[in-house]
Amino acid sequence: MKTVKLAIFIGLFFISGLAGAAALSSYTFADQEEEQAFRELTAKIRCLVCQNQSLADSDAELANDLRREVYALWKEKKSEDEIVDFLVSRYGDFVLYDPPLKPSTYILWFGPFFLFLLGGYILSRTLKSKTEDKEVELTNEDQQRLKTLLDDDNENQEATK
Amino acid sequence: MIPEIGHFALVLSMCLAIAQAIFPLIGTMNNTPSWAALARPLAWGQALFLTIALGALTYAFLVNDFSVRYVASNSNTLLPTVYKISAVWGAHEGSLLLWAFFLGIWSAAIAVLSKGLTQEVVSRVLAVMGMVNAGFVSFMLFTSNPFERLFQIPAEGRDLNPLLQDIGLALHPPTLYLGYVGFSVAFGFAIAALIGGRLDASWARWSRPWTTAAWVWLTLGITIGSWWAYYELGWGGWWFWDPVENASFMPWIAGTALMHSLAVTEKRGAFRSWTLMLAILAFSLCLLGTFLVRSGVLTSVHAFAADPDRGIFILIFLLITIGGSLALYAWRAPSIFSGGRFDLISRESFLLGNNLLLTVFTFLVLFGTLAPLIYDALEWGKISVGFPWFNKMFLMVTPFLAVLIGFGPLMRWKRTDPKKLVKKLRIAMIVSVVIGLIAFLPAISTGSLLVPLGMFLVAWIITSHITAIIDRLKHKQGISHIFADLAGKGRSYYGMVVAHMGVAMFILGATMVSHHGVEKDLRMSPGESAEISAYRFKFEGVAHTPGPNYTANQGEFTIYLDGEVEAVLKPQKRTYFAQGRPMTEAAIDWGLTRDLYVSLGEDLGGGDWSVRLYYKPFVRWIWLGGLAMAIGGIICISDRRYRSKKEKKPQQAYTEAANTLVTEKS
Repeated sequence: MKTVKLAIFIGLFFISGLAGAAALSSYTFADQEEEQAFRELTAKIRCLVCQNQSLADSDAELANDLRREVYALWKEKKSEDEIVDFLVSRYGDFVLYDPPLKPSTYILWFGPFFLFLLGGYILSRTLKSKTEDKEVELTNEDQQRLKTLLDDDNENQEATK
Repeated sequence: MIPEIGHFALVLSMCLAIAQAIFPLIGTMNNTPSWAALARPLAWGQALFLTIALGALTYAFLVNDFSVRYVASNSNTLLPTVYKISAVWGAHEGSLLLWAFFLGIWSAAIAVLSKGLTQEVVSRVLAVMGMVNAGFVSFMLFTSNPFERLFQIPAEGRDLNPLLQDIGLALHPPTLYLGYVGFSVAFGFAIAALIGGRLDASWARWSRPWTTAAWVWLTLGITIGSWWAYYELGWGGWWFWDPVENASFMPWIAGTALMHSLAVTEKRGAFRSWTLMLAILAFSLCLLGTFLVRSGVLTSVHAFAADPDRGIFILIFLLITIGGSLALYAWRAPSIFSGGRFDLISRESFLLGNNLLLTVFTFLVLFGTLAPLIYDALEWGKISVGFPWFNKMFLMVTPFLAVLIGFGPLMRWKRTDPKKLVKKLRIAMIVSVVIGLIAFLPAISTGSLLVPLGMFLVAWIITSHITAIIDRLKHKQGISHIFADLAGKGRSYYGMVVAHMGVAMFILGATMVSHHGVEKDLRMSPGESAEISAYRFKFEGVAHTPGPNYTANQGEFTIYLDGEVEAVLKPQKRTYFAQGRPMTEAAIDWGLTRDLYVSLGEDLGGGDWSVRLYYKPFVRWIWLGGLAMAIGGIICISDRRYRSKKEKKPQQAYTEAANTLVTEKS
């Protein structure tokens, strides 16, 4: 199915002319840590015109503009939270790859725990019933049938030899 | 003319698929052996006509028949021959044809390799596969026909998407599809068992090698896809939790659970319904993946169904298949975890834990993938669920799984003495905890708790498996027995060990590259150097180079380690004639302990270029791990006991007979 991803990428080409690189090269940073922090921030932001690419990886024109804006805010020493708030106020939660925790996303963040609890419940219940289960006792009749089944099998084996 | 033959063959294969879906099934129900016996010849016929169809389309590509719309959209006279062949499955219509073709091949394989099975089972399995293929081929004929003609024949084709002009992409879809389609066999066996009501251990035994084979292909397909994305997309990543990636990953997780559950069903006659459910789930996820990807629902939440007809067709198909099989399941399946008793510390209970974790994980990925769609549909606002969320979920599940893996091989069926178990694993535990603690050193951990955790798990999986092998050989005649064991029926055991080592290799690679990888975006002038990790990348400049169907700017980088030349890398920026789009072709110097990766960005004028440089430690281990998992699966399939039903040992016959009885009693 990944071929279709390619179809997506084609689409993306038409919009952006994806070049793969060249994203952050025109910005300057005090040190490597700062550059890394900026990269991590932009990696969590979605490029709005691309199909599924982060701001850090995209070369779409709009992504370039937005990146420049983020960089300007960054240089004004705005905190990460402030920058994220600004982006969300403009574009909504859609712009964030990491959905924020708020009432409408409780299901997304707490739902998994319920799934885990459910799994744990099934596990403990099954284990309980299985460890308490009695072995299936074979009646005489069963033994008899078992013998027939086995004999059949042996005969088959011999027949093939 | 040739495309019409292909078209005609496709129509015929649809007719045969419909016949295959109906007659053998009815034949098994009202005892008409002649109808039931139609299954094999029909499967043969279907495979034959689908081969003709695929051959016709391939021919159209090879002779540049641009009167066929699909060829005109995806090929070009200048396209190298190898990519003309891979272009056959380069887009929607052709990839569906490949899907259907593989289903035909799997059906034919069942027809040939099912000598040990009763006619009834073969007929039913093939009938189910016929239903699936009837759906797929009619989907193709009614909404996405690859043989559609153009009445103004273009002089030149639009060329294959440059991203696809690559060996990774030539291989990725076929392997992935073989896996997807392969799960239809497990599905067919499950449905046949439900129809027949004979849910004993024998269907699990028949289904096992087929399921493993499908899983092997899927593993390879995902691995190749990830590797391709890494070197071709120029972003240096190997997994992005993209919906399309998740679409292939979900059936893989469910399939992994299925393989383990099948072991319990075969050996102990237990978990029968659970196994059936997983078989249905795995195949449903393959179909769902196809729907998600093909309908365009998820690629962009803004545009529901790039082509609504296609989306709706698949959706209906999906509802019938999944709904129908679940209804059948609800009607026929016995209570979910049936079978004999076992202790808390036993192989059954640990495999149950493995299964529940994997199933929870499958649903987590499904939930995260569909969440944006659900939110949009319920008007809860638009959200994105990306890698940060998925990574958290992944990290919630995998450590538990990795811990269980270590115990698994030493566990016995029914009950294991916990004291003995701890005693056996004592050394493995101490060694892995020590390694985990060493990894807390700042130089190794880089301040993240995940590095010690990852290293602990890697060490744990390796040492516990070594312990298990030593233990196994001790019960036989010592180390020298290993070869006899390998030649004999121990093969599936060693296959498991190899596959589990693959998991350890994957964890090692993923942990290392995530925490020790370095990436730099730079503006570089010719002659300039940049330091990354211990390496010095010197940019020599960019020159023009011609290609068969593109021209390229080729950069040259000399990489030094301690003053010695380590590698010369030549990344390209290509412009394909037909589409005129720039493409980045990264250059990689690969190694077992590190990849050095360079990709060219923009020409900034005056000989300057923007470039991306990466140092990727142990990144190969991610794919080598995937490869090891696949090889492990192949070793398991090669186990003698799957090949010959006749060589059954009395003990096995006894178990099976007992299982049959137990099944009937419960």
